[in-house]
Amino acid sequence: MGYRWVVSAPPDFPAVLTSGLVKVFGETLAVAGLDLRVERGECFGLLGPNGAGKTTTVEILEGLLEPTDGVVQLFGKTWERDAAWLRERVGVSLQTTHLQEKLTVRETIGLFRAFFLEGRTVEETMALVRLTEKADARYETLSGGQKQRVAVACALVGNPALLFLDEPTTGLDPQSRRALWDVVTAFKAAGGSVLLTTHAMDEAEKLCDRVAVVDHGKVIACGTPNELIESLGAKEVVEVRLEPRAPTAASSATRDVPADAGPPPVDDGRDPLRASLRATAGVVSLREDAGALTLTVTELHAALPGILAAFEGHGEQVASLGTHRATLEDVFIDLTGRQLRE
Amino acid sequence: MSDGARRVRAIRAMVTAHMRASYREPGGLFWTYGFPILMSLVLGLAFRARAPEPAHVAIADGPRAAWLAERLAGGREVVATVSPAARAENDLRVGKVDVLVVGEADGTVTYRYDESRAEARLARALADRELQRAAGAAPAVGSRDELVTEVGARYIDFLLPGLLGLSLMSTGFWGIGFSLAEMRAKKLLKRIVATPMRRSDFLASFLIVRVVLLVVELPPLLLFARLLFSITVRGSPVAFLVVVLLGAMMFATMGLAMASRAENPQIVSGLINVLSFPMYLCSGVFFSAARFPARVQPVIRLLPLSALNEALRAIMIDGGGFAEIGRQLLVMAVWLVVSFALAMRLFKWR
Repeated sequence: MGYRWVVSAPPDFPAVLTSGLVKVFGETLAVAGLDLRVERGECFGLLGPNGAGKTTTVEILEGLLEPTDGVVQLFGKTWERDAAWLRERVGVSLQTTHLQEKLTVRETIGLFRAFFLEGRTVEETMALVRLTEKADARYETLSGGQKQRVAVACALVGNPALLFLDEPTTGLDPQSRRALWDVVTAFKAAGGSVLLTTHAMDEAEKLCDRVAVVDHGKVIACGTPNELIESLGAKEVVEVRLEPRAPTAASSATRDVPADAGPPPVDDGRDPLRASLRATAGVVSLREDAGALTLTVTELHAALPGILAAFEGHGEQVASLGTHRATLEDVFIDLTGRQLRE
Repeated sequence: MSDGARRVRAIRAMVTAHMRASYREPGGLFWTYGFPILMSLVLGLAFRARAPEPAHVAIADGPRAAWLAERLAGGREVVATVSPAARAENDLRVGKVDVLVVGEADGTVTYRYDESRAEARLARALADRELQRAAGAAPAVGSRDELVTEVGARYIDFLLPGLLGLSLMSTGFWGIGFSLAEMRAKKLLKRIVATPMRRSDFLASFLIVRVVLLVVELPPLLLFARLLFSITVRGSPVAFLVVVLLGAMMFATMGLAMASRAENPQIVSGLINVLSFPMYLCSGVFFSAARFPARVQPVIRLLPLSALNEALRAIMIDGGGFAEIGRQLLVMAVWLVVSFALAMRLFKWR
């Protein structure tokens, strides 16, 4: 059966447009002046660590929270004036929803279908999320991935023009994640607009046309995944672990200090090595994290010999060395100095 | 499809979903159907009317003991035993017998008994009547006994309306209050708000479910009462239905108010217990509220369950109609309106 997503929205307006969005909870600034523009037919990702303000932003866009300040427009309409119109055209899957345990998949999706004036049939929706064979199973008997697909089905059954997915695959096994990605891809292919939040980089790279990296309630970078990765000025990442060094004169002076006396001395005798690495042709940046050295380089084959020569020149033994293509994860670390999952 | 038709469809779907969920919860089924029926069965049997106990009479052993025993043995209402004088005295003292009959040498009879005990006075009268009749005394006035068991005066007659009121209270509190708080904790409320369904329609669906369940719950209880205890609604059936409906709506909106802020079902369950317990005791479910001191009566009569139980009894037992329950209807209406206003003001959708 073919997909039938009829996007009944006025032309010329982006699916989502916000400017200067602010949300304050008591003393906490959850969203600190956020500007977004999601085009129609686009899959847009909000990327960021837990507590970055992603869910708050999405709930404002979904009309579930009122912003403290700023403007929100979906298809040129606002929640204050056109809530009924928007509710018919927006599909929502919250970060966590426990649907009624005792209802079957078919009954649950049928219930949500009844809320909408127009929409797709329950059977069609179940087929979309590949739950047809679970149609008569009660929600309580489903796996985590199946429950999540029911939630997405409830968002799709009203045939929305815009789909909000808040961390749709968090906690799911790889197979369930891919199953959900297929659903989103098909929805987009039929002309639907998607705004999803995630802290999984692979998900953002796989699904999103554009992503906005959010930290502390602000967009700190926005573009296609490729643009963001290229903004690093480097395409490859080299991670190196070194064997522990024999104590040098500089470090032996602190040897009598008890282990729990405080942070280790800053001078570990490797400053000349760092200087050499930074000076190596093709190396864009150098970072250290928990004993591992991470270098970003423009071209691996050009930079690697120089890097290895630098280790050898400083008498270092390489314990392990790995490389990967730069990802959004590296972009995030580069922008914030922190891991996404921290 | 018009907006009105869509709203009706959404409400109907929501009501159906509630009904399915409640019927697939075996525990819930017991509390709505099993509990009131089981309770009235157990208590009705425990307090059922028994055959009257005969009077226990001791005859002190002596020359005229056999003559007395023969005359007292005739009636069904007296059980007489001959014992040695000392043991008979002892039986009287510990209450094993109600009266001690002594045949005197001059042909008269002495009754020894404790005048302060009603059973003793009754036993003396019954024994004396039996003796006089056996000795040939004719009654001065002819008389005839007609035995009746009055439906309406038994304990079960009192109990059943109280249990009906109690079950309306607990289904309202738990069915509405607990379920809504559970939905909020599970983020299901938030999810519903994110659909085109109107919030007021969503809340209305809960009240409609209460009415539908009432239609299903009430007939089995009434049938049971009729078949086992011959209890029927003696007064106006219309007034009875209005009272039941008003009571159900009152407790449902109270449940709504209790759930309006609660972040989790435990808070509501605590609130329900705190509110229900005083009414269990004071609102005349198991025993009459009239046993409480006159000073607290005005307060007790303002409790929602008191008003409901009084109205149910006035109709079911005393055969009343609207005229007799004006005050109770007013009390219930006030509770309903106040709870509804409170719920609308406080209700949190997130």
